[in-house]
Amino acid sequence: MSILVNKNTRLLVQGITGRDGSFHTQKMIDYGTKVVGGVSPGKKGQLVSGVPVFNTVADAVKETGANTSIVFVPAAFAADAVLEAAEAGIELVIAISEGVPTLDMVRITPYITKRGTKLIGANCPGLISPDEALVGILPGSIFKKGNIGLMSRSGTLTYEMVYQLTSNGLGQSTCVGIGGDPVAGLYFQELLQMFDDDPETDAIVLLGEIGGDAEERAAQYIIDHIKKPVVSFIAGQTAPPGKRMGHAGAIISSGTGTAAEKIAAFENAGVQVARQPSDIPELLKKLLKM
Amino acid sequence: MKIHEYQAKEILSQYGIPVTMEVLCYTVDEVQTATEQLGFPVVIKAQVLTGGRGKAGGVKLVRNADEATTAAEKILGMDIKGYTVEKVLVAQGVSFVSEIYAGITIDRNTKSAVFMVSREGGVEIEEVAKDNPEAILKFSVDPDLGIAPFFARKIAFALFDDLKLVNQAVDLFQKLYKVFIDNDASLVEINPLVITSDGKLLALDGKMTFDDNALFRQPVIHALNEPSEDEIKEIDAKEKGLTYIRLDGSIGCMVNGAGLAMATMDMIKLYGGEPANFLDIGGSSNPQKVIDAMNLILSDKGVKVVMINIFGGITRCDDVAKGLMAALEQIKIKVPIVIRLSGTNAKEGLEILKSANLPTVETMSEAAQKAISLSEDFLR
Repeated sequence: MSILVNKNTRLLVQGITGRDGSFHTQKMIDYGTKVVGGVSPGKKGQLVSGVPVFNTVADAVKETGANTSIVFVPAAFAADAVLEAAEAGIELVIAISEGVPTLDMVRITPYITKRGTKLIGANCPGLISPDEALVGILPGSIFKKGNIGLMSRSGTLTYEMVYQLTSNGLGQSTCVGIGGDPVAGLYFQELLQMFDDDPETDAIVLLGEIGGDAEERAAQYIIDHIKKPVVSFIAGQTAPPGKRMGHAGAIISSGTGTAAEKIAAFENAGVQVARQPSDIPELLKKLLKM
Repeated sequence: MKIHEYQAKEILSQYGIPVTMEVLCYTVDEVQTATEQLGFPVVIKAQVLTGGRGKAGGVKLVRNADEATTAAEKILGMDIKGYTVEKVLVAQGVSFVSEIYAGITIDRNTKSAVFMVSREGGVEIEEVAKDNPEAILKFSVDPDLGIAPFFARKIAFALFDDLKLVNQAVDLFQKLYKVFIDNDASLVEINPLVITSDGKLLALDGKMTFDDNALFRQPVIHALNEPSEDEIKEIDAKEKGLTYIRLDGSIGCMVNGAGLAMATMDMIKLYGGEPANFLDIGGSSNPQKVIDAMNLILSDKGVKVVMINIFGGITRCDDVAKGLMAALEQIKIKVPIVIRLSGTNAKEGLEILKSANLPTVETMSEAAQKAISLSEDFLR
């Protein structure tokens, strides 16, 4: 098994005719993901990498039975695209778009919650269950099927981590990039629970970064609910206060959101925090008695 | 994006929130004229885009013309945390009976706007949050309802018993929320919101920051932007597709991806060095981007060594290496470079760089250690 995406994922690409949408559609198909359709208003009838394009998500769902969608539309229209997917009954939406206004995310949250739609992102690289489905812009070739669940606020840091896991013989059940924005969809707590419930995941890697208090909340959640071992790395230990470190959400404001606080919270929860990413494989091997 | 107090109060005023009578001044003469207009006492306040101006001596209450001149001379031109004070706000002195805090920001956890009020206004709210967190009352706002009258009353009754004050507060809170929503703010704050001696609510100070992601649809707010020297560099970089933040160390960094860029800085620090910058070049092997990034790093004279840390994902390392080669042929670089390439086609990429005699390493930790030792050699 795995979480969120697998062989039963039937994927729709919103913004499939755009540069990024069409490029990554091909990559996802190459990986073996079942891409069943695309949406681009006014482009009905076109084919992108052999995938039929529809005007609306509702039409696409009706024709293809899609249950998951990935959003590549420009940031200004991303929130609307997520709403459209939720309205059409899509169960899981992955928003790749970078630069979505925070209040747009705030506005759509009640509706998608009401519809029971799960959202990942925005401003995220997507997710992958190795050998089953790649839904995102992650480089499929570095992943390997296995028993480590990974969640991360950063894209390239995820790749770096996965590369080291794979090189050390540690495969992954599912890797989820939750995105770098202050208000995002599924977050650490929900994913920790999913990995804890997944019989094929034996240990969890959580890659955090400065800004907000999601790591502190995750630490408390681990104490209260999580049975499987969790290891972590927190990026931004040297970041200056008041500056956005690339990600909109990665900012130390008024002295809170520092790496030191997050590391302390995890250590208090019995989570081992690596001083550098390359220490993570060893920590995992010890925990899994490999 | 931050704006000045005087700009924040102009916005509050446009939405019908009562603010102090005040005049913006650039010179001592203008301050004198302003005091003649407003009468004494007045408060002279430095207008800088950073906090802590009170502690730095940038706020003075003055009672006569001599005091006003002395204070204006002292504050204008003053340095507050690296920002030079170029303008001051001269505000009418107000007698008040109590100070309140009112602010709206985004709560990442509830994924909603949160209205915060406190009877302990007039001091830094962060200090209240630390020392006496229960003194701050928080109300999550349902975006579908906004600040409905009942909701505003609930907040107001948490602060006041006097119905006259409650009614004023209900009106003010609804307007404040409208400021927040209409302008895509990430923070609006009135601290202190005072109850004047004659029982009126009045905003003595105002602070606002805005969501950078939403500036594309907020042209009026965007026009208020006054970037500092460092920020101008950051904006120029952004236009070239680079995210750059200058720091004080000696090791220049060029990395693809924000998280990896932060982790790279952390590695440098872990091994005893100091990063000179944060720089995310995004996911591209375009030589022009590497050239732009290199020029940006080297524009900082403190840089003694450049560390390039690239993880090839969808972008292949051999393409990145070719991009680097093309870039390095075009610009003369006097400081040593350390290149770490890993990920897709790393072997091929490293071969290309090795054949050009460029020092390469395979891991991030190695790169950090090598960069530090090179920077030390350079200093010797």
